[in-house]
Amino acid sequence: MKFFVSIVLTAFLAFVAGIYSTIPWWSFAVTSLIVAIAIHQKPGKAFLSGFLGLFLLWVGLSLFKDAANEHILSAKVAKILPLGGSYIALILVTGIIGGLVSGLSSVTGSYVKKSK
Amino acid sequence: MFAMRIVPFLISGLCTAGLILVLNTQLTVGGSKTPRLGYFLSPQLGFWQNAESTNTDFSGELKLNGLKGKVDVFMDDRLVPHIYAENDLDAYYVQGYIHAKFRLWQMEFQTHVAAGRLSEIVGEERLATDRFFRRLGMVYGAEQTMANMDTDPEMKATVDAYADGVNAYIQSLKPEQIPFEYKLLDYKPEAWTPLKTYLFLMYMSYDLTGGAAATDLKMTNAKNYFGYEDFNKLYPNVHDSLNPIIPSGTLFADPAIIPVAPLNSDSVYLKYTISSTAMAPVVPDKDNGSNNWAVSGSKTKSGRPILCNDPHLGLNLPSLWFEVQINTPSHNTYGASFPGSPAVIIGFNDNIAWGVTNAGRDVLDYYDIQFKDSTLTEYMYNGEWTQAEHRKEVIKVKGKPASIENMALTVFGPVMYDNAYKNSSTDGKYLAVHWTANMPGTGLQTFYKLNRSKNYDEYINATSLWSCPGQNFVFASKTNDIAIKQQGAFIARWERQGDFVMPGTDDSYAWQGIIPLEENPMMKNPGRGFVSSANQMSTDSTYPYYLGAANNFPLYRGIIINRKLSEMNNITVEDMQHLQMDNYNVFAEMARPVLLKYLAINTLNADEKKYVDLLANWNLRSDVNEKGPTIFKCIWDSLENEVWGDEISKSKLPFPRPDAPTLLESLLRNASFIFEDNINTTDKKETIHDDVLAAFKKAYTYLVKLEKEDRLEWARFKSTKVNHLLKLPALSRLQLPIGGGEHIINAAKETHGPSWRMIVHLTDEIEAYGVYPGGQSGNPGSKFYDSFVDAWAAGKYYRIVFIGKEAAAKSEKMKWHLTFTNS
Repeated sequence: MKFFVSIVLTAFLAFVAGIYSTIPWWSFAVTSLIVAIAIHQKPGKAFLSGFLGLFLLWVGLSLFKDAANEHILSAKVAKILPLGGSYIALILVTGIIGGLVSGLSSVTGSYVKKSK
Repeated sequence: MFAMRIVPFLISGLCTAGLILVLNTQLTVGGSKTPRLGYFLSPQLGFWQNAESTNTDFSGELKLNGLKGKVDVFMDDRLVPHIYAENDLDAYYVQGYIHAKFRLWQMEFQTHVAAGRLSEIVGEERLATDRFFRRLGMVYGAEQTMANMDTDPEMKATVDAYADGVNAYIQSLKPEQIPFEYKLLDYKPEAWTPLKTYLFLMYMSYDLTGGAAATDLKMTNAKNYFGYEDFNKLYPNVHDSLNPIIPSGTLFADPAIIPVAPLNSDSVYLKYTISSTAMAPVVPDKDNGSNNWAVSGSKTKSGRPILCNDPHLGLNLPSLWFEVQINTPSHNTYGASFPGSPAVIIGFNDNIAWGVTNAGRDVLDYYDIQFKDSTLTEYMYNGEWTQAEHRKEVIKVKGKPASIENMALTVFGPVMYDNAYKNSSTDGKYLAVHWTANMPGTGLQTFYKLNRSKNYDEYINATSLWSCPGQNFVFASKTNDIAIKQQGAFIARWERQGDFVMPGTDDSYAWQGIIPLEENPMMKNPGRGFVSSANQMSTDSTYPYYLGAANNFPLYRGIIINRKLSEMNNITVEDMQHLQMDNYNVFAEMARPVLLKYLAINTLNADEKKYVDLLANWNLRSDVNEKGPTIFKCIWDSLENEVWGDEISKSKLPFPRPDAPTLLESLLRNASFIFEDNINTTDKKETIHDDVLAAFKKAYTYLVKLEKEDRLEWARFKSTKVNHLLKLPALSRLQLPIGGGEHIINAAKETHGPSWRMIVHLTDEIEAYGVYPGGQSGNPGSKFYDSFVDAWAAGKYYRIVFIGKEAAAKSEKMKWHLTFTNS
């Protein structure tokens, strides 16, 4: 339960922070840290929930944009980066990058334990 | 309250911070910089935000302070805005807003190029280009013209309103909405200024007349190398087959200025061969040119004139052009506009249509200045040490200290090459650049007035203001007038004046005047029923002023256009479309017999003969699937190498390759030709037969290779592409199936060609067609980014929607409606 709540909360807070586009792209590292502190899990689980929270959010958001765009831009960017023009690879890379930062931040948070 | 496992906390915290740092930095991979990956990939901030929905609704209501009244913009199904405003300044404000909305990155990038500011965004690798543009006086020139035009309240208000509109859009942008390329290169848009409009126009002046910045130096090298006698054979003043804009036989009035060559010009200038010079790092395409023509009602089926124009420029994405209609109580105009500038540049209105081609006249010269010492404070002029002014140009460099250019300004202009900006061959020389674009110009006043012109007199009045770059303005009106006028500030030159670096120690080599307006070549309603221009020399040699060396003027498009138009009658719009797309190669028509005549066919084997047969049986059309044009071009280019290559490789300095007509006409004259001998062989004197055979053998090897690669068909061989301004293949359109090319009306070369094709039929209700190789949106993530490219390559045209506001509100063609009010 904690695991799923963490994922949802990580994704939700990252999304909310992302709405304020004047703050940096990595603002979710802070929200993921807070979630990991608030909902304590072991480091491994914390990483996974932090990772999945952002992975799912970023994959979801980019899928949404990409579908409406009919892959026009993703196909081009996937040639520049270079990912062989594969929009699927680009969406996965997007998710993994966000997920890694969030996951590491969540691990960091997991080492903070509320004293009872 | 909290307990912490300090060590793992710190380690993982540092790892997180480290990863963020890496993802927040532009990394250098394989010589180029990546975007900041975390930022770039962030779906809420980065490039995903530029993935525009294919169903985007462009409608909206905007409240902007800078407006006086209400402006309605209807966008048609091709994303062309039709701007209906209650006054002119509101229209230009909204034009600025819309240009920025669809083309902001391009607008800023192009003006950064012109202003020598690329190093600021890209880094040190662009410093050479930036220095070149600064030292050529690009910013200086833009400032001169702006100061001049700011004294005209109407023009100042126009450019200011446009800038305000651009800035209104920039200010409305949220960080995630900035165009894609800013995110890729990691910088942000800055405020737009009126100077940027003038910088953009300055760039066009450079693109269309700046070739001389390199050519004059190379011509000087060539003259020094060959000596003046031989030079004259290689770079003649006029070609035999010239078919000028103003037909031969036209009588010209006595000139108001009779330019006189200095007495010592023979010894000091033309035949003096000690000095040597180098070339520029950025050279405009030699074929920056265009076609335009107008046929009178006497030659059309409808009895009304038809005007056509296709300017040939570098083919880029986002396109140089942006279609727009501007409708206010004072005028109603449609055409191709420049993102970066108000008004319509090539187009039509309710009464007239106009178009432009480049005049190609030399308006840039170098003067060799003698300074007292290396501080460049005093220079010798008319026997006295004269105080030089100075100008400082600060070039910011990304991640490096700024580079500072200190330039001396002389009576001739800025000293471009000096002890700080030089190379092995300009070492010790101080070259001032005298260029009409650096002088106070008239900006876009001519186009502003053409947008509003109702008849021939107003067209003449509008074009008379034009100074640089010199253009051939073609004109047609509903009242059945057609005309063409070559207009610009053209220097009254003596023969060969300014073709080479000139002595600058006194005024004897200075410009002796600008040719008076009324003496510029022009023609109204000629008996032949058409006017045309294709960058050829505007007149024959009876014109009283020196027009410049013949290699400044492409020859063959003019010949074929005039031939075709002479033959045509009962002309329709479809005929004109076919003519603009015509792939007939008149150069090959003249050159093929020469090649076949000198080629010893009986010495060739069967495989080699196969290509000769293909060449001999070619229909002379450079169509997409023809093999003949590839074979012809390979042999011809190879022949040029045989004939000129030995001379060119002997010289350490660059000089211009003699143009194609020079070689062809020498061969046609059948004169024994001194350059046919290969100077690298001493045991033998080569003849043109040897040269053609050697050229064929070399071409043959290459043709076999091409055939193996399946690239013998013309379009595959030529490989026309429309490059993104950053030259990223992923953002470009490559390998377009289009014929044509150099010397051909459909002048689509590899990266250069018809950048806007327009046909206007001046019927009561104007019937107009247009297409350009791009799309209205500059966003690579928009379906409108390259939406016209395929139609352009296929020779298809769009029927232009040119209607009033009420009709627009009801038209099914109009897909979106934007309203702009001030409250």
